[in-house]
Amino acid sequence: MSRENSLVSAQWVEDNLDTAGIVLIEVDEDTTAYDKGHIRGAIKLDWTTDLQDQVRRDFVNKAQFEALLSERGVSNDDTVVLYGGNNNWFAAYAFWYFKLYGHGDVKLMDGGRKKWELDSRELTAELPTRAATTYVAQEQDHSIRAFRDETIAAIGVQNLVDVRSPDEFAGRLLAPAHLPQEQSQRAGHVPTSVNVPWSKNANDDGTFKSDEDLTKLYDEVGFDQDKDTIALCRIGERSSLTWFVLSELLGRKNVKNYDGSWTEYGSLVGVPIALGDEPGTVDA
Amino acid sequence: MCGATEGGLSLDGVNTKIEAVIQGQVTREGEPVPNAYVRLLDKSGEFTAEVPTSATGHFRFFAGDGEWTLRTLAPKAEPVDTRVTAAVGSVAEVAVAI
Repeated sequence: MSRENSLVSAQWVEDNLDTAGIVLIEVDEDTTAYDKGHIRGAIKLDWTTDLQDQVRRDFVNKAQFEALLSERGVSNDDTVVLYGGNNNWFAAYAFWYFKLYGHGDVKLMDGGRKKWELDSRELTAELPTRAATTYVAQEQDHSIRAFRDETIAAIGVQNLVDVRSPDEFAGRLLAPAHLPQEQSQRAGHVPTSVNVPWSKNANDDGTFKSDEDLTKLYDEVGFDQDKDTIALCRIGERSSLTWFVLSELLGRKNVKNYDGSWTEYGSLVGVPIALGDEPGTVDA
Repeated sequence: MCGATEGGLSLDGVNTKIEAVIQGQVTREGEPVPNAYVRLLDKSGEFTAEVPTSATGHFRFFAGDGEWTLRTLAPKAEPVDTRVTAAVGSVAEVAVAI
């Protein structure tokens, strides 16, 4: 994996708006953003309804994912280009999700919706029509998905990177600051995890920093390249972006995203939790 | 819409007793800016959250006690930084002109 395979520029997208075999998909935290205007030809995936099981806390299963993409007119052979707001936060989550179900060619548009808007590029409210397909997904690739027991076993053993904001990591906030703070679970972080806020991966305009700057960012917090890595945040979306950086841009091996993240870990009975700005110790 | 609506975003449904709300409106020459991005930076300058402005140029954050900086980005404008102090139980109203 590399930047060339996984990332395209806004200009590349604009140049390829009419290229066959490319499907643009907008995935936003604010699920109404698409309806106000989107890149011409782009379809929408709603992370709260399309990408989550509506009863239990889990992703849609293989059959549901196949039905979703078939209905939206996405083929196995299509190049899927994802973009969204907030530094591609939820678009990176969708990227990881497409990889989880084994889609062949998937890319992120660097800078996402924000870069597109700040460049004053055109948005439209016109809805595209795509003929239905017969999409076939692979079984979930668990080499990129971490579960809670693996995360507990990784304490003091693997690289654990908590990508929430410093105040969430330390336990001073329970959710990102644009969301209401009421939650029932405990605050803090998994002991021995380092805090590299997801936002440090991106420039102000939402584009990713250079490979050199990104490498330095993870070296500075003592990332051991010989160890496997688990990334987590609050609900597994922001950590998808860090997974993208480590796995796709920097080509690190054995990086997993723990989608249960803090809303699961911080609700478990009896697991160790560290408070404050430091990683904490195994015995915390 | 003719000119920016005076006054803050409605707080219906928000429990202001337990939240440190920072909210406001982005305007350009008195007109609301609906396609701006407002970033909330903590006291060390670290990014904490970002929201796009609403159709009326409004934005809102649920922060914590202390000093924060709002960094506003919009097409064809230089970024604007605005310092703000938030406290649980209060609403900090901020007007950002770009």
